[in-house]
Amino acid sequence: MSAEIQVRVNGKSYESQIEPRLLLVHYLRDVLGLTGTHIGCETSLCGACTVLLDGKTVKSCTVLAVQASGSEITTIEGLSAQAPTNGNGLHPVQEAFWEKHGLQCGYCTPGMILASVELLRANPNPSQPEIRHALSGNLCRCTGYQHIVQAVEFAAKKMKSRKR
Amino acid sequence: MIPAPFEYAAPKTLEEALRLVERHGDEAKILAGGHSLLPLMKLRLAQPRYVIDIGRLRGMSYIREENGHIAIGALTTHAEIESSNLLRAKCPLLAETAAAIGDVQVRNRGTLGGNLAHADPAADYPAALLALDVEIVAASTAGARTIPVNEFFLDMLTTALRPGEILSQVRVTPLAAHTGAAYEKLPQPASGFAIVGVAARLRLGKGGKIEDAGVGVTGLGPKAFRAEAVEKALRGKKASDKIFTDAARYAAQGVEPLADLHASADYRREMASVYTRRALKRAFARAQGKA
Ligand SMILES: Cc1cc2nc3c(=O)[nH]c(=O)nc-3n(C[C@H](O)[C@H](O)[C@H](O)COP(=O)(O)OP(=O)(O)OC[C@H]3O[C@@H](n4cnc5c(N)ncnc54)[C@H](O)[C@@H]3O)c2cc1C
Ligand code: FES
Ligand code: FES
Repeated sequence: MSAEIQVRVNGKSYESQIEPRLLLVHYLRDVLGLTGTHIGCETSLCGACTVLLDGKTVKSCTVLAVQASGSEITTIEGLSAQAPTNGNGLHPVQEAFWEKHGLQCGYCTPGMILASVELLRANPNPSQPEIRHALSGNLCRCTGYQHIVQAVEFAAKKMKSRKR
Repeated sequence: MIPAPFEYAAPKTLEEALRLVERHGDEAKILAGGHSLLPLMKLRLAQPRYVIDIGRLRGMSYIREENGHIAIGALTTHAEIESSNLLRAKCPLLAETAAAIGDVQVRNRGTLGGNLAHADPAADYPAALLALDVEIVAASTAGARTIPVNEFFLDMLTTALRPGEILSQVRVTPLAAHTGAAYEKLPQPASGFAIVGVAARLRLGKGGKIEDAGVGVTGLGPKAFRAEAVEKALRGKKASDKIFTDAARYAAQGVEPLADLHASADYRREMASVYTRRALKRAFARAQGKA
């Protein structure tokens, strides 16, 4: 039992022969070697495995790779290509997490950042409650969330002043 | 946490999907958004031999007006329902209910049809759809039939869908004039599922008289249900806080509440009354054009 899939990941096209039961997160990590997408709970609850599938956040531990065939995927590795950077190779949301201490161990961070990117695209000027609501599918065991919320606010300001 | 092996098919048309579902019967599972089925398959609580992915069916994801009602395709995601301008204008209860489901990532993948077909006793839409008295369309190779939502949920994880049927559409009547509706939910903090969720719809006549009421309750028992005793206690009465409090006492009438580590049966019964009262008050405010 095998299936053929075609996906674009971070702007590159891939064709792979895979088992239909392969989860998207395992495809990204084990087949493509993109280990920036983390596996936390494996039960759809923690958001560590969040990636953008056709521009929308999904938990890649709860999507089959075959379901993603024909789609465009962005992982944390490909994010910086999506916005003007400061010459440091980082997306403004990545930069903001760095500058505002939005991470400690970094395990939840790729998912947090991708969820924040989706939020800021839809709502470039979110309030603190809106940020918390938008990130409610992403758990962090380290920061207590305060610095993450501040990082997203800071990213919103940065992106406005840099204007795409 | 890897599903057992299965054979995978991704039909492009509803007809092709229906033929596959009919051919493989019990050995097959339909896959829509996968946000109820894949967790079960990863735990090996479900091990279908065939997975029929309907996620690629063209033209099953839409929200549109059709002969006086609003038709919603089964593959419409929670996120699409949440952000639909048509629903916000003509039936905001559905958009509000969709927004209360899980988290952003779940709403981006999960579908209306999958949520209803799965019939989780703590799912959110069933309460709203019961309060709105919608119709559900089921397709099969023999044609399509319409099921009133009040006859759709039979038991925990069990619906009136027959083997070989695919839920294709939900038909909603837009809210009438002087009508307000609201969904109030006590979420389970980890998953977001409803410990109790109550949707209420009220239509007001002259002098604040309640001409019609629809109340749907989820989370309380093994299946979502219409709280007919509450509706009866409201119809024909003049709306007031007191009448809402009195009627809400009947929310759990005739239901054996579920009990689990998140909430005991007594607590669920009590919360059913509290959330019914809240939903009625907010529906009333909206029916008057406030809130
Ligand atoms: C972390 C998490 C939190 C969640 N929180 C909530 C919540 O707060 N409230 C809530 O209501 N739900 C919640 N859900 C469930 C979510 O809404 C699911 O998306 C939904 O219940 C199932 O829809 P699906 O499209 O993903 O269906 P799938 O998982 O693909 O399918 C579910 C079942 O329905 C069948 N099926 C699917 N589509 C059809 C069809 N068109 N016709 C016939 N049978 C069909 C499948 O065979 C399967 O048995 C949560 C899920 C997760 C993972
Ligand atoms: S690993 Fe996917 S949600 Fe936790
Ligand atoms: S930084 Fe450690 S889990 Fe969030």
